[in-house]
Amino acid sequence: MIIDHPLLGPRDSAEFTYMGDARLIDRPNPNDTDAAATFFDYAYLRDNPAGWHRELWFHEAGDRSWLVVTRNTLTHEISKVELARDVARAQGRSK
Amino acid sequence: MRYSGFRVIKEALSGHKGWTPAWRDPEPAEHYDIVIIGGGGHGLATAHYLAKEFGQSRIAVIEKGWIGGGNVGRNTTIVRSNYLLDGNEPFYEMSLKLWEGLEQDLNYNAMVSQRGILNLIHSDGQRDAFTRRGNAMILNGADADMLSTADIKKRYPFLNTDDARFPIKGGLAQHRGGTVRHDAVAWGYARSADSRGVDIIQNCEVTGFRIENGVCKGVETSRGFIGAGKVGCAVAGNSSRLMSKANMRLPIESHVLQAFVSEGLKPVLPGVITFGAGHFYCSQSDKGGLVFGGDIDGYNSYAQRGNLPVVEDVCEGAMAIFPMLGRARLLRMWGGIMDMSMDGSPIIDKTHIDGLFFNGGWCYGGFKATPASGMSFAHLLAKGEPHPNATAYRFDRFEKGLMIDEKGMGNQPNLH
Repeated sequence: MIIDHPLLGPRDSAEFTYMGDARLIDRPNPNDTDAAATFFDYAYLRDNPAGWHRELWFHEAGDRSWLVVTRNTLTHEISKVELARDVARAQGRSK
Repeated sequence: MRYSGFRVIKEALSGHKGWTPAWRDPEPAEHYDIVIIGGGGHGLATAHYLAKEFGQSRIAVIEKGWIGGGNVGRNTTIVRSNYLLDGNEPFYEMSLKLWEGLEQDLNYNAMVSQRGILNLIHSDGQRDAFTRRGNAMILNGADADMLSTADIKKRYPFLNTDDARFPIKGGLAQHRGGTVRHDAVAWGYARSADSRGVDIIQNCEVTGFRIENGVCKGVETSRGFIGAGKVGCAVAGNSSRLMSKANMRLPIESHVLQAFVSEGLKPVLPGVITFGAGHFYCSQSDKGGLVFGGDIDGYNSYAQRGNLPVVEDVCEGAMAIFPMLGRARLLRMWGGIMDMSMDGSPIIDKTHIDGLFFNGGWCYGGFKATPASGMSFAHLLAKGEPHPNATAYRFDRFEKGLMIDEKGMGNQPNLH
């Protein structure tokens, strides 16, 4: 698979480490009263869809940026690559 | 029809005209006591043990394609019980014992071959870890044998014990391990279950569950509604897809695992070997092909095919211990879809929905577990409580911190 890095252009997926579902950006608040339940869900449960999947790839052997890659798990086709930083900021993380 | 050597000779002399189909092709009935979703090794084994060991009747196995067309047809056929942890080892040892009696139990030649498995040791730390593992195996009634380099050299003279990049310093052997003809496992269980009245319904895809007031009443399928007292799901690889129809989210990611087979060669590899300094395992099939594999690709996939980086990694492992393999041509390669669970261990449990039971999360250890998985799932379905050897495979172990993490990797499915 070739991942079209927003800053570096097309890179071999072997340079990256796969870090799972992009919903892991939405880390629950540990101070919530239901934190035990929300963290169980966050740490262990996955949608695991057959089809389009937004996922985190870490450019470990490259510029060490984190990407959100939208990829089809049935065909391995990649439709969109974003910097995870931008996605997280757009969601109000890391003010 | 009972199979025997005598029968083969008789049929050979009469032009093979007396053979009958090994299982029926029935129309689905309106209602069954137990419906098992998934006509793979685990589902068919469950049906066999339900009928034979637990006296259940009115059972159906429903399969979206043809039986044995999923992961039971896409593995490297290795059976072993060399696990470390208490939650696992008694279960896998039960499985190995069932493999030993499988062909007599099923009256079917599954080519169970206890040719032995050898895990190579390349460092002092690895020797300590494998000694501990061997002791855990012996404590649970399995066999384990620490081999010296001289022992290994006797059995595998081609291995480099002198000046390899990762020198071989010994090995943990399980002589009762080996290989089994994978397709024959599905066919043998199917034939036996069918002969005991189980309906095996192929080309019947489940499209939904009928759940009323928290009770599962049956399954909607491409061939209409099938009512059921109990529904058991055994569709590892596609567990998340199926269970999402019951609005369940699982502690599972689906990943692709590739495997390879070389052209047929003369006998060169008497048993199963695993490389300890990388991830590579290899055996030689009775046809002569070297069957080998390595790591999963490491990203979510339902595609049943992988990518080149892992092919390269597997071949590097191969060349490190069998440089001669570089001269063999690759005949076929394929990918199977694994339910990679959050701790690397399976789940055999009830769900929060009455009458709906789950068996999955087999990671890439599902083939060797087939008989024990079938036995344990049948026990759960028939008696409503887990088999004594499968009590740890609960859904709530993640919530309660009771993980069975053989590799100690935590909740990273692609590292198990």
